[in-house]
Amino acid sequence: MKKKWFYTLLIPGLTLIIVFLFIPLIYTIGSTFIGEEGYSFARYIEFLKDGYYIKIFNRTLRIALITSLVCMILGMPVAYYISRTKKSVRGIFIACTVFPLLTNSVVRSFAWMTILGSNGVINKLLMNLNIIDKPLKLLYTESAIIIGTVYLFLPLMVVSLVGVMENIENDLLEAAESLGANRIKAFFKVIFPLSVPGLIVGCVLVFTGAFTAYTTPQLLGGNTNIVLSTLVYQRAMTLGDWTGASVVATVMIVTTLTVIGVINKLASRLNERGV
Amino acid sequence: MKGVFNMKHNKGLTFFTVCVYLFIFAPVVIIIMTAFGPDEVIAFPPKGFSLKWFVNIFTSDMFMKTFSISIQVAVIATIIALIIGVPAAYAMSRFDFKGKGLIKNIFFSSIIVPGIVFGFSIFNFIIIKWKLPIYTSLLIGHIIIILPYIIRVVASSLEGFDYSIEEAAVSLGASRLKTFFLVVFPNITSGVIAAFMLAFINSFNNVPISIFLTGPGVSTLPIKMMSYVEYYYDPTISALSVTLMIMTIGIMFIVERTLGLSYFSK
Repeated sequence: MKKKWFYTLLIPGLTLIIVFLFIPLIYTIGSTFIGEEGYSFARYIEFLKDGYYIKIFNRTLRIALITSLVCMILGMPVAYYISRTKKSVRGIFIACTVFPLLTNSVVRSFAWMTILGSNGVINKLLMNLNIIDKPLKLLYTESAIIIGTVYLFLPLMVVSLVGVMENIENDLLEAAESLGANRIKAFFKVIFPLSVPGLIVGCVLVFTGAFTAYTTPQLLGGNTNIVLSTLVYQRAMTLGDWTGASVVATVMIVTTLTVIGVINKLASRLNERGV
Repeated sequence: MKGVFNMKHNKGLTFFTVCVYLFIFAPVVIIIMTAFGPDEVIAFPPKGFSLKWFVNIFTSDMFMKTFSISIQVAVIATIIALIIGVPAAYAMSRFDFKGKGLIKNIFFSSIIVPGIVFGFSIFNFIIIKWKLPIYTSLLIGHIIIILPYIIRVVASSLEGFDYSIEEAAVSLGASRLKTFFLVVFPNITSGVIAAFMLAFINSFNNVPISIFLTGPGVSTLPIKMMSYVEYYYDPTISALSVTLMIMTIGIMFIVERTLGLSYFSK
């Protein structure tokens, strides 16, 4: 190649991302370290000392962890089932899984508002059956957020796992079973280790998604169950505290990157051990 | 019957899968049913049948206006992202060069950045500091978040392309640009259509970027819906949800025909 003319094909995209994603991000993160006298970590020390912020941070982390765990427990068997079906059936399952993924998150959260609300489906049902006489508070709770985020991200876990599980040969299972392993044992000794790559992708997507989701906690959590993403919005738009919002945004980015790093480290360690 | 090995006898697993899909589709069914209810507040099961909430959304200026803004933003952002993304995907799949890994990471970096953080940064920097108009900022934000989808889909449809055909055209004297449009592009049109569809729906559905970028005359439909459900509990949003689901199904149909939905499980 005489000239690297093709670099020009990359320049518009790179410029756009550097100017409108990287620079604003660096500005946002950088501004949090500038105190009255030069650089300082004062705002982060304040954040760590503030019980209110720590509570929100812990709540967000808890929601993301539980969501990941539940998606894993529900997603593994389902993905395994789908991966063993005939190709035509698998196509239908994939379509049913992709449909919620491409449906607006406002719609998906709103559906749970109609189910969990005080006039919602569950409360109406329980009251008609005379099991309760006053509506239960299901909506605007942390559990409501968790149900909503599981609902939001379970399909993502399933599609990440199906892709990997599809490639596991039935012969392997037959071999394990003919050697005397029961079905559960065969699953944990054969299927599980081979699906770790898909599980890692799924966990990263679900965790970071649940940790940073905005729509679902906003609609299902109410004012008392604020999470980091709703805190960023509240600080910035309701209170006009842009530096405060920047601090929370930085905390979110650092946590997300740390968790992705840790999961990848664990994954490569698992690979080394040849599990 | 190799493909169904292990499945025939495993009733427990079948039952579990059915339950999970009930969990996924029950809320969808409930929304669809409530959308046709005649009552002023959402009731399940509905006590009759009425299309008035559908009439309501199509006669509501507020929803029709934000709907058209959402469509407009999604279409313009997608077209610009295609103009930027297709050449970039082509360059990265066609040539090997130093720093390719880094450049790929830069293009895909917007996936890792939490949407709400990106949305706030655009607001914080581009609106407050640079004083760019809200509509322009909204477009820029959407272009950046949909660019990875376009690059990934287009690159995957370029994967099987035999570049010796392209070389032949060039050696016969066709210009690079002409070769691209006459030789390469016809082979990836279905990929480009699928990329368009996925980028469109991702822009259309976006909340965390758009929520910071609303102003006089500028607001997208999902944002309007969010503020509406905070104050009202009537089936308008159910009807709107049904309308959006129909749009999603249409898009899925096109994606299935062009790229194949199995792309999502790769």
